[in-house]
Amino acid sequence: MPQSRGTRVRARATDTTKADSERLLRFYRQMMKIRLFEEQVNQLYLSAKMPGLAHLYIGQEAVAVGICEALKPDDYITSTHRGHGHCIAKGAAVDRMFAELLGKADGYCRGKGGSMHIADQDTGNLGANAIVGGSAGIATGAAMSAKMRKSGQVAVCFFGEGALGQGLLYETMNMASLWKLPVIYVCENNLYNEYTHYTETTAGKVDARPEAFGIEAETIDGQDVVLVHETALRMVEQARRGDGPSFLLCNTYRYHGHHVGDVDRAYYRPKKEEEEWRTQRDPIQLLTEQLETNKIADDNALATIEGELRGEIEAAVQFALAAPYPDASEVDKHVYA
Amino acid sequence: MRRDLRVFIIGEDVAEAGTPFKVLSGLVRQFGPERVIDSPISEAGIAGIGVGAAMTGMRPVVDIMFGDFVTLIMDQVVNQAAKIHYMSGGKLKVPLVIRTTLGATRRSAAQHSQSLHAWFSHIPGLKVAVPSTPYDAKGLLKSAIRDDNPVIIFEDKLMYQLKGPVPDDDYTIPFGVADIKRAGTDITMVATSSMVQVALAAAGMLEKEGISAEVVDVRTTAPLDKETIVESAKKTSRAIVIDEGYERYGVTAEIAAVIAEGAFYNLDAPVKRMGAMDVPVPFSPALEDLTVPTPESVAEAAKKLCGKP
Repeated sequence: MPQSRGTRVRARATDTTKADSERLLRFYRQMMKIRLFEEQVNQLYLSAKMPGLAHLYIGQEAVAVGICEALKPDDYITSTHRGHGHCIAKGAAVDRMFAELLGKADGYCRGKGGSMHIADQDTGNLGANAIVGGSAGIATGAAMSAKMRKSGQVAVCFFGEGALGQGLLYETMNMASLWKLPVIYVCENNLYNEYTHYTETTAGKVDARPEAFGIEAETIDGQDVVLVHETALRMVEQARRGDGPSFLLCNTYRYHGHHVGDVDRAYYRPKKEEEEWRTQRDPIQLLTEQLETNKIADDNALATIEGELRGEIEAAVQFALAAPYPDASEVDKHVYA
Repeated sequence: MRRDLRVFIIGEDVAEAGTPFKVLSGLVRQFGPERVIDSPISEAGIAGIGVGAAMTGMRPVVDIMFGDFVTLIMDQVVNQAAKIHYMSGGKLKVPLVIRTTLGATRRSAAQHSQSLHAWFSHIPGLKVAVPSTPYDAKGLLKSAIRDDNPVIIFEDKLMYQLKGPVPDDDYTIPFGVADIKRAGTDITMVATSSMVQVALAAAGMLEKEGISAEVVDVRTTAPLDKETIVESAKKTSRAIVIDEGYERYGVTAEIAAVIAEGAFYNLDAPVKRMGAMDVPVPFSPALEDLTVPTPESVAEAAKKLCGKP
C-alpha cells in the first residue's frame, strides 16, 4: 500500500547511527560535486563559453545521489533535460561531461549530444532526454530486457513532475505493473513545469496515479538524502526480487531557473520561496548538520573535501576548454550503426 | 527467433490471435508468451519499451497493427530510436524493428488505410523496407531483425493474400538494393510495395500494346538504391514513379527528383509521379478506388509518356 510520509525539514540524528559513516561522506562528496559542477556550468554560460543552454540540477542533489547510491554500476538509469546530476551520481567523470557540454570531441558523446542528451553506457546511464517523459519507454524497456535476460539489473526512470502530463508514462507504468518489471519511477517534483506551478497543470493526487496501476508509491522529502537512499534501497530490492515496479515521489526544488537563461523569474515564483528552500531545506546543508551532529566530520574535514572537489572541477573545465572540437568529418558519422 | 534468442515480438493481439490478419498464427505456440507478447493497446508504450529493450541487448520486433497508428509512436521512433546512436556519439545502438502495414482499398476508411512510409524515410537514422512479394518479405524482415539500426517494415495488407515462392532456407535481402522485377526497354516504372504488383500488371497490359516496360522495385526507401533507378531511367529514357503514399511531398517526389538529377539528359519525357490522391481515404468503394493508382491508370500514363495515347 502506498505510504505518505510527508516532508521533513530537519536532519534526523537517529538515522546516522544506522548508516555507515563512509557512505554518508560519499553522499556529501557526490552532492557537492554535482553542485560545484552545476555552478561551473552556469559560469560557462555567463561567460559565453558554452554553446546553447543547460538546465541546472542545483537544489535537487539528494534525489540523484540517494537513488544512484542504491544502484549497482550495471543498473540502468534514464534521465531528463535536467540530467547532469543523475549522470554524475551514476558515476560519470566530470571532465568528459564538461567536454560534452562544450561540444568537444572528448565529450561522452563526441560532442554530438550536448547537455540534454548526455549518455554514458559504461555507468548504465542510457541518456538524458530532451522530450519530457520521453525516457519512460526506454527505462521500462531496459527493465523488460533485464528481466528477459535474467540479468538481475534494475532500471530507474528519473522524471520531473512535468512528465505527469505525458501519456507515455501511464502506458509504460501499466505494462511494468502487469509484467512485474524491475523499474523504479522516480518523480522529482521541483514544483514548476518550466514556468508554471505544477498545481496549475496537475489534477488529483500524484501518488494516486501509480496506485491506480497497482504500483507501490511513496512520497518523501527529496532534500533528505538518507531518507531518499533508504527508500530507494527498499524499492531496488523489491525490483531485484522480481516483485515489480515502484514509484517514488521526491519533493524537491530547483534553485535556479528552468534553464541558465531563466534569470528573471519573479513573475512565476516568489523570491521568498526560493530563499526559504535555499536556507532551510538545502540538501547539502541538511546532510552537513547530520555529519556534524553525529561527529562523522567537522567543518574542517568537509572544507577539505570541498577543496578537493573544487580542484577536480577546475581541472575538468580546463580539460574541456582545451579539448578539440570534433573534426568536420564527424558530422555524418554515427547516423547508422 | 529460432536463430537468436534475443528476438521477441510485442504488439496488440500478436499471440493467440496471431494479429487480425492472422499473419503470426502459430508463433506463440512455438515460442511461448514470453517471446510473443500480447500488449495493451498502447502503441507509444510498446514502441518505447522496444527502444529501451533494443538499447540493452535485446532485438525486439514491435507490431503496430495498422500503419495509420504510427502517429502514436512518432516520438519514440523519430526523436528516440532514430537519434540515439548519433546523439551518443556512436556508443548506443537501437536494433529495433517496427512491423506495420500500408495500403488502401480494403474499405477500411480514412484511419485504417494510409501508407505513411514516407514519414520515416524522411528521418536520418531510420531504415524503411517496403516488400512487394512473399519472397522479399521474408528476406527483408530477416535483414531488418539482424540490422543494428531501427528499421520500419511496411507490409501491404492486401498482399497478405498474395501467394509466391518462399524458400525454407535462411536467406536475407540486403537493404538499399533495388530489384528489377521485370526487364524492359521503353519505359521505367519505379514502384514500391503494393504498387509493384500494380506496375507489373500495367506492364503486362502495355506489352500487348507493344510497349516494353521495366519495373524497378526499390525494396527499401531508406536507404534508396539511386544507382539502379537512374541507370534504368537512362536506359529507357522515360520514367513513372508509383507509390501508395500521398503524392504530395511523398516517395514519388523524392524518387522523381533522383531521376531528374541523375538521368535528365537521357530523358525523352518529364518524370511522371503517381501516388495516392491527396484526400483522406474515403470509405465508399465508389470513391476509394479513385484514390490509388491502378494497372489501368498506370498503363494509361505510360502510353502517354511513350507518345502512344
